[in-house]
Amino acid sequence: MANNAEDVENNRDANEMSEPRQQPQEATVTRSRPGRGSGGGGSDGSSGPEQNGQPPTPRPPRVVDAEDDEDEELTLKYGAKHVIMLFVPVTLCMVVVVATIKSVSFYTQNDGQRLIYTPFPEDTETVAQRALNSVLNAIIMITVIIVMTLVLVLLYKYRCYKVIQGWLFLSSLLLLFFFSYIYLKEVFKTYNVAMDYFTLAVIIWNFGVVGMICIHWKGPLRLQQAYLIMISALMALVFIKYLPEWTAWLILAVISVYDLLAVLCPKGPLRILVETAQERNEPIFPALIYSSTMVWLVNMADTDRPKRNSTEGEPPQQENQQAVGSPAPSSPSQDDGGFSSTWVNQQEHQLGPLESTDDSRREIQQMPSARPPVDDEDDEERGVKLGLGDFIFYSMLVGKASATASGDWNTTLACFVAILIGLCLTLLLLAIFKKALPALPISIFFGLVFYFATDNLVQPFMDKLALHQFYI
Amino acid sequence: MTAAVFFGCTFIAFGPALSLFLFTIARDPLRVIFLIAGAFFWLVSLLLSSLVWFISVQISNKDSATQQKGLLIFGVVLSVLLQETFRFGYFKLLKKANEGLLALSQEETMPISIRQLAYVSGLGFGFMSGAFSVVNILADSVGPGTVGIHGDSQHYFLSSAFMTMAIILLHMFWGVVFFDACEKKRWWAVAIVVLSHLVISCLTFQNPQYVNSLVPTYVLLFLMGIWAFYCAGGSLRNLKLCLTCKDTDFLLANHRPR
Repeated sequence: MANNAEDVENNRDANEMSEPRQQPQEATVTRSRPGRGSGGGGSDGSSGPEQNGQPPTPRPPRVVDAEDDEDEELTLKYGAKHVIMLFVPVTLCMVVVVATIKSVSFYTQNDGQRLIYTPFPEDTETVAQRALNSVLNAIIMITVIIVMTLVLVLLYKYRCYKVIQGWLFLSSLLLLFFFSYIYLKEVFKTYNVAMDYFTLAVIIWNFGVVGMICIHWKGPLRLQQAYLIMISALMALVFIKYLPEWTAWLILAVISVYDLLAVLCPKGPLRILVETAQERNEPIFPALIYSSTMVWLVNMADTDRPKRNSTEGEPPQQENQQAVGSPAPSSPSQDDGGFSSTWVNQQEHQLGPLESTDDSRREIQQMPSARPPVDDEDDEERGVKLGLGDFIFYSMLVGKASATASGDWNTTLACFVAILIGLCLTLLLLAIFKKALPALPISIFFGLVFYFATDNLVQPFMDKLALHQFYI
Repeated sequence: MTAAVFFGCTFIAFGPALSLFLFTIARDPLRVIFLIAGAFFWLVSLLLSSLVWFISVQISNKDSATQQKGLLIFGVVLSVLLQETFRFGYFKLLKKANEGLLALSQEETMPISIRQLAYVSGLGFGFMSGAFSVVNILADSVGPGTVGIHGDSQHYFLSSAFMTMAIILLHMFWGVVFFDACEKKRWWAVAIVVLSHLVISCLTFQNPQYVNSLVPTYVLLFLMGIWAFYCAGGSLRNLKLCLTCKDTDFLLANHRPR
C-alpha cells in the first residue's frame, strides 16, 4: 500500500503567468510498505504523468516573487486543511473497522486458520515458545514483503507495466468481490438476515463492478474515496482475523522500521523506484493511493473542470495539459511522488492463497487530473495523498486494540488519538522537508506505545476510579 | 430500556460539548488539529499519572483496602496536578508555535488567536477527560444487567453522565481562564484554577452521595463559566447585544442579514 502521504501541488502554470511561482513542492509521504503483491500500477499508458508514488523530488518551495516568507504561511494553511482531509478518511476507516469488530464476531474468532505467511501457531505451552513463534512469523512476513517489493521494483525497472497492472487488477478484483462477499455474509449472519443467493449475487456484482470502474477508471471522487476506504477496511479486517496477536504487534513494529528504511535510505527499494520514475519522468504506476483531489483522465481536461470539492489533483498531466494551453508544467520532475513507497508497500504479500490482496489495495490509480488552466486558488490545487497501506495498518492497529484490549474503549480511543497525532506530525514534517516521507513510523510508534501503556497502566487506574466514581 | 439509558446518558454527557464542536470548531481545520493535540496532551498526562500510581500500587500492600483507597486518592490528586502542568506545557508550546508562525509569515496577524487556542485546547482536554471517564460506562449501559444489584446506587449511569458533562465544560472554562491568566501573568488566577480542579475531584470522593458532589460541582461550573466569559472579553453589554441580535460587528463578520 502506498503509504505515502503526498502533497501534491499542482504546478500552476497559470500562476506562473501571474507571478513567477515555482512549482509547489510535492511532499510525498511515502510509506514503503512492502507492497503486497501489488505491483505498482505502473504508469498507465493512459494516465498522464502521475504523481503517484513519485519520490519526493525536493521541489523548490513555492516562491512568490522571490519572497520566501509567504511560503511558510501558505504552507501552514495548506497543511491544516490537508491534514483534515486525511484525518477524515483515516477516521472513517477506523470507525468502520472498529464497528465491525465490535458487532461481527467472525473477525475476532480464532478458527485455527492462519495465513501461509505466518505458519507458526501461537497457542503454545510456554511463553518462550510463543515469543519465538511470533518472531519467526514476523520474519517470514517481512521477508515476503521485501521480496515482493524487490520484484515490483524489478518489474518496474524493466518496464513490465502490463504485468504490474494485471497484478493490481486481479488484486482489486479479489478484494472487491470475494472479500466483500465474505464480509456481507458475516454481517448477515450476525444480524440474522435471511437473503437469497440471487439478491446477494446482484448486490455483490454491482458493488464490485462499480468499485472496479471507480478505482481503475473514472468515477466521482467521493465514490472513489469511499471505495478506497472500504477496501482498506476489508484488508485490515482480514489482517486482524488471521494474524495472531503477538505476531500482529511485531509485524506492525517491523513494518514501520522497514518503511522508514525503504523510503529514506539511498539504497532502499522504494527510493530506487521513485528515482527510476523520476528519471523516466513518469508517474509511478497508479498505486493504491488515496487522494484527496480529483483526478480525471486527460481527455476530460479540456472540457471539464474537475470537481472542486477537494483540492485539485496535482498536475501530473502536464503533458496533457500542454494541449490545453496551460503553461508548460514546470517540472516533470515534480511529483514523482513518493508514491513509490506506498507503492512498494503494496507489495505486501498476499494473504493466504489469494494473490493479490495487496495489489488490490494498490490498485487505486491516480488518474491524471485535469488541471483547469485558470486557477487562482493555489491552495486548492494541492492535494494530499496517503497510501492505502497506511490506512490498512492504522486501522489494523486500532481494530486489534478494540478486539483484544482489556481496557476496551479507553485503549481504542487512546490509539486513535495517538495515530491521528502521528499523522499530523508526519504531515508537518512533510511540509517542512518537502520530500517523500514514510507515514507509518511515527503513527505506529505512538499507537503501539499508547496501546501497551493504556492497556496495562491506565486501564487499571481508570477502572478503579470508575468503581468508586472518582473523577480526575 | 437499556438503549434509552445509553442514548440518554450519551447525549447528556457529550451533547453540549459535541454541539460546541460542531458549531464552532468543525469548520476550521486548524482548530480541529489543536483540539486533537490538546486531547493528546491530556492523554499523556493521564499516562504519566497512571504510571506513578501503578508503580506505587505494585510496591504497596495489596491486601489492605484502606491503603489502596489512599493510594487511589493520591493518584487522583497527582493526576489533577499533572493535568494542569500539561495544560501549562501546552500553553508554552502554543505560544512558541504561534511566535514562530508569526515571525515566518508575512501577515500581521496569527492565523489563530491565543484566546481561540485557549478555548479549543480546553475543549480538547475536556473531550478526552470525559471520554475516558464515561465511555466504558456507556458501553456497559447497553448490555444486559441490573443497576445496583449489590445495593449500590440506582442512579449510577445518570450521575456519571451529569458529572461528565460538568467536567467537560469545566475543562473548557479552565482552559480559557488558565491561558488568559498565563498571558497576563496573573498567577493567582492560575492557582485558583488548579485549586478548583482539585476541589471538584475531591468532591467526587463522597460519591454515592450524589447531592454532595454534583450540586457544588454545578455551582462551581456556573461560576467558572462567568469568569471565563469575562476573561474571553465578554461583558454585559456584549451579551445584551448578542441576545437581541443587534451586534452589528458580529453579524457583519458572519454575513448574516438582519
